[in-house]
Amino acid sequence: MEQFAAVKRSKDGQPVQYLIVDDSVFARKNLGRIIESFGGQIAGEAGDGVTAISEYDRLKPDIVLMDITMPQMEGIEAAEKIVQKNPEARVVMVSSVGYQENIVAALQRGARHFVQKPVKPEVLYEVIKYVLGEDGVVASAAGAGA
Amino acid sequence: MKMELIQPFINAADAVLSQGLQSPMEIGNLTMEEEAYRRKGVAAMVRLTGDIEGRIIFDLDPKTAARVASHFAGTELPESDGLVREAVCELANQVIGNAVAVLNDQGFKFRVHPPELHTSESGAKSTEDTEALVLSFDTTSGNVFMNIALQYHNAAAAASR
Repeated sequence: MEQFAAVKRSKDGQPVQYLIVDDSVFARKNLGRIIESFGGQIAGEAGDGVTAISEYDRLKPDIVLMDITMPQMEGIEAAEKIVQKNPEARVVMVSSVGYQENIVAALQRGARHFVQKPVKPEVLYEVIKYVLGEDGVVASAAGAGA
Repeated sequence: MKMELIQPFINAADAVLSQGLQSPMEIGNLTMEEEAYRRKGVAAMVRLTGDIEGRIIFDLDPKTAARVASHFAGTELPESDGLVREAVCELANQVIGNAVAVLNDQGFKFRVHPPELHTSESGAKSTEDTEALVLSFDTTSGNVFMNIALQYHNAAAAASR
């Protein structure tokens, strides 16, 4: 897999912590491999929206990657509940069901961005940098400033 | 079953399989299945409800499933690995999700349910209303079968087409 310049947290230079939410173990593993290629760390995983909410409260990750179609509670509802309680939460929807209505609903209910499956690593990388904004820094720049 | 319903699934399968396997694929046989559905190997089923209702089954023989899953995972997976079944479910999810996105933007409203492993040896026989179309995609890893049985849920959805 292609390696990307590591994206770190600007406040402490530590790897960005991710919570991966998807009912598919396979999808979670694939997303995990991709974010590791960005220099990120998997803080935790969840297979449904209900678990995602409790895992967010427990782990306070920098970014949540959230699927939409899941059992128990779907991703858009889980994203809304997380953001209502934690307005600073950065939730990126990662789903194959990327029609306009879903994308708009996700953004209106608190998600910061939407990435269509199958995930192209280079697309997710750019989205992560965008969503982190000034709270993220590409490693080479961090190294130069250290 | 009208071609306008089928084409988005063909396009999505082409896009997802070609990207995941990093090689082009060809559409092979296209048949109407009149007898009861018989599973070929590792199969995942996704149900749709709404303006269009029915189910789509993705079906790969065990060796093909292992090869496809290995490509998608970026590591060799044996046929017995549970991740192979997970990969087929995720493949179905991605293809159907992408197709549904196109149909939804065309005005159809429906819900995609999470994929389920289809473990029965056979399924319900097609009827006039729920005829099943079987598409074979020829990939470098083997044949991937997609069995589509969809119908318009209400007359308005059908009449508007």
